[in-house]
Amino acid sequence: MADYPEDYKYTKEHEWISVEGNEGTVGITYHAQAELGDVVYVELPAVGDHLEAGQPFGTIESVKAVSELYAPVSGEVTGVHKELLDQPELVNEDPHGAAWMVRVSMADSSEMEGLLSFSDYVSFLESAEGDH
Amino acid sequence: MSTTNDPHGPGRYQPLGPDDRREMLDVVGVEGFEDLFASIPEGLRYGGELPVEEALSEPELLRHLEELASRNGPASGMLSFLGAGCSPHFVPTHVDALIQRQEFMTAYTPYQAEISQGTLQAIFEFQTLVSMLTGMEVCNASMYDGASAIAEAVLMARRLMRRGGRVLWSEGLHPAYREVAETYAKYLDIEFEVLPLDKSGRTLIPVVDDDVIALIVQQPNFFGVVEDLRSAGNVVADAPAKFIVAVTEPVAWGLTVPAGEVGADIVAGELQSFGNGQNYGGPLVGFMATRMEYVRNLPGRLSGQTVDAEGRRGFALTLATREQHIRRAKATSNICTNTALCALATCIHLSSLGRQGIRELALQNLSKATYARTRLAEVSGIEFPFDAPCFNEFVVRLPVPAGDVVDACAANGVVPGVPLGRFDEVRENELLVCVTEIHTRDDIERLAKVLAEACS
Repeated sequence: MADYPEDYKYTKEHEWISVEGNEGTVGITYHAQAELGDVVYVELPAVGDHLEAGQPFGTIESVKAVSELYAPVSGEVTGVHKELLDQPELVNEDPHGAAWMVRVSMADSSEMEGLLSFSDYVSFLESAEGDH
Repeated sequence: MSTTNDPHGPGRYQPLGPDDRREMLDVVGVEGFEDLFASIPEGLRYGGELPVEEALSEPELLRHLEELASRNGPASGMLSFLGAGCSPHFVPTHVDALIQRQEFMTAYTPYQAEISQGTLQAIFEFQTLVSMLTGMEVCNASMYDGASAIAEAVLMARRLMRRGGRVLWSEGLHPAYREVAETYAKYLDIEFEVLPLDKSGRTLIPVVDDDVIALIVQQPNFFGVVEDLRSAGNVVADAPAKFIVAVTEPVAWGLTVPAGEVGADIVAGELQSFGNGQNYGGPLVGFMATRMEYVRNLPGRLSGQTVDAEGRRGFALTLATREQHIRRAKATSNICTNTALCALATCIHLSSLGRQGIRELALQNLSKATYARTRLAEVSGIEFPFDAPCFNEFVVRLPVPAGDVVDACAANGVVPGVPLGRFDEVRENELLVCVTEIHTRDDIERLAKVLAEACS
């Protein structure tokens, strides 16, 4: 079992968000990268782009699939982790830390309430695995 | 509906006999064939006999088909100067001999690298040759034809820009290509704007505003005129728009500056001229080449070179995760085949021509077309609407409608060109003449003679 930070929030699409003040940092979870396999490419938005909660903001490509990245919250992109373009393997190595993808200035902090807590996400993963 | 009007009895052209049908109906549990349509209201069903003629016997059928075929006028049986995007070129005998090897007899995608190394290598070499000739970094495994390649190039520019907007395209971009691209883009946020030609026949390139997502110029253009791509490239270099260079006559690559060297972002079009006959207008060989930084937005397939588990050189489809069989509705594009056999013919012809051969072929085209133009200039009544240099095609203006001239000449075994009134009624008297390496001095004399008769 991976180490899921307890102070992060999660989505059912397997993104995480960590919040400081009004700024959220977004990435994908250990589970997501494990399902994808070796990540070879990440396509990210530009600073200034607007994210809409639940809508795709980029794509991630592994050796076996291409998936959308979904925004956990709405808001304006304030930072983009460009190093991931050259080092996509960081997503596999440190998904909850070094492989953050975008920073976003949140438009509506109440959207955080709709996200999964650490314990919700862990039990969601366990129940999802039970389905298989 | 009846299935019994075959005088030779069932089974002559259909694989199923009455016993087979009876057995199938019994399994389904219905009395007769009509019962299968019981759910369709009676009033909507066709009650009578279909107005289809009695079946022919095999010799009668062959004779009928031969009669139909004899109404065609194959270019090989006439003296033809038809080009306009599908040009008459010599296809060496070895090209057809090699593509007919059974290892190559498929147009379909070699997903299974373990049984498709030959096809994958041929595609890889095709991509390499086209990349070198266009001066671009990467080329796909070919596309349907030049028209759909340009339509896909427009969609790719929209993906790269991540927005819709205006597409500026030259009046010298093949009108059929424009029509296909407009069809592809009909329900998208794209507007097309035609850039007129100047008096010399070259595209007038305006300042490219920020809302423009692509500028498309064809080299040589539809009227045969060699465009000043470098100037166009310089103009678009200062704009966010992508610079797309369209190609209908790649033989010109033997002499022109590669589009990749003048700032092209995408080069797309047609390669039929290399290794493929005119084939009644198709099948053709589309292609698209681009910069490596855009490769993930390139539609179609890519064959890549790799090594196997034992370190030996091998080939495999690459970046396939972007394709529709994996990514479904979110695929980069829904192009679902390349024209591999036609592309193979192109690859074989290019390989056998070599660097020097391509240049010589281009020189022959240029020399003969230039000679034909000079010769036709002596015919009284013929004018040239454009005066910029041409490659192997040029426009002549006749004193009478060009379509009538073509009809009259064709009756004498000469097709002098494509009447441009088909594409634009103001060009009713204009004829697009294509002269290539296959034409001899005598052929050109005959062209001058029939046109002189038509003009007198």
